[in-house]
Amino acid sequence: MISCAEAVEQLWEYLDGALIEQDRAAIEEHLSFCRRCCGEVEFADELRVFLAREASEEIPDEVRARLITTLDGLGTV
Amino acid sequence: MPPEPKRLARERFRVLAEEQLPRLFAIARRLVGDEAEDAVQDTLLKAYRGFDHLEHSAAAPAWITSILVNVCRDRGRARARAPQQVSIDAMEEFSLFRKIADEDPFPYSDSLHLDFLEQFGSEDVRAVLARLPDLYRIPLVLVYVDGFATKEVARMLETPLGTVLARLHRGRKLFERELWEYAEQAGLLRESVR
Repeated sequence: MISCAEAVEQLWEYLDGALIEQDRAAIEEHLSFCRRCCGEVEFADELRVFLAREASEEIPDEVRARLITTLDGLGTV
Repeated sequence: MPPEPKRLARERFRVLAEEQLPRLFAIARRLVGDEAEDAVQDTLLKAYRGFDHLEHSAAAPAWITSILVNVCRDRGRARARAPQQVSIDAMEEFSLFRKIADEDPFPYSDSLHLDFLEQFGSEDVRAVLARLPDLYRIPLVLVYVDGFATKEVARMLETPLGTVLARLHRGRKLFERELWEYAEQAGLLRESVR
């Protein structure tokens, strides 16, 4: 049986699917009775989504245009 | 097989690179902030010079990203004045989830933790990422923002997988702690500003 501290330490790895079977089973057993750690795991998942959400930023048109100009100039000098 | 004519190779590179521009810029913004455009420019020049070494176009995203990461790392090294290692002992115990629950920044909220995250805009998140040393920010951005597998990141950084996993672990802890500290410093925790 693992403690809350041990479970919390591995939550992101658990969500990433990066744990070996034995560790994953230990986390799931812990989550089956620990409401607080269930909250932790839900929040860790929200944080992952939160980080990924920020990836959708668009490149400004003027920056894109300057980079395309760089591409157009490659190998021509 | 005869070598590809220079003009065709240039055109092939142009198509490939143009397709990657939004992604490269987004990563660079998170790795070097305002220097992103310069970093992508440097990346395009270096990638073009090394284009002959790319054997399969399917590997292009990881290949050009690894060039970008190296360019960003060089820029980070040029800026860094302090050692970048962070003691894990100081933050291993930190849990943002518990911190939010204990401090209760929005006492009238039914969804305390989500409300905390809602305070952050894109600029805030970039600012928080910028507070992390490159050592931790780079794997965090590549895995969680750009979706690369940890094995790919290990190859890109030419670092053992175990080291990448350890840096990701520290990076996540640091990111949580810095989110909280940034929120405190930026006044995001005051009910009156919501």
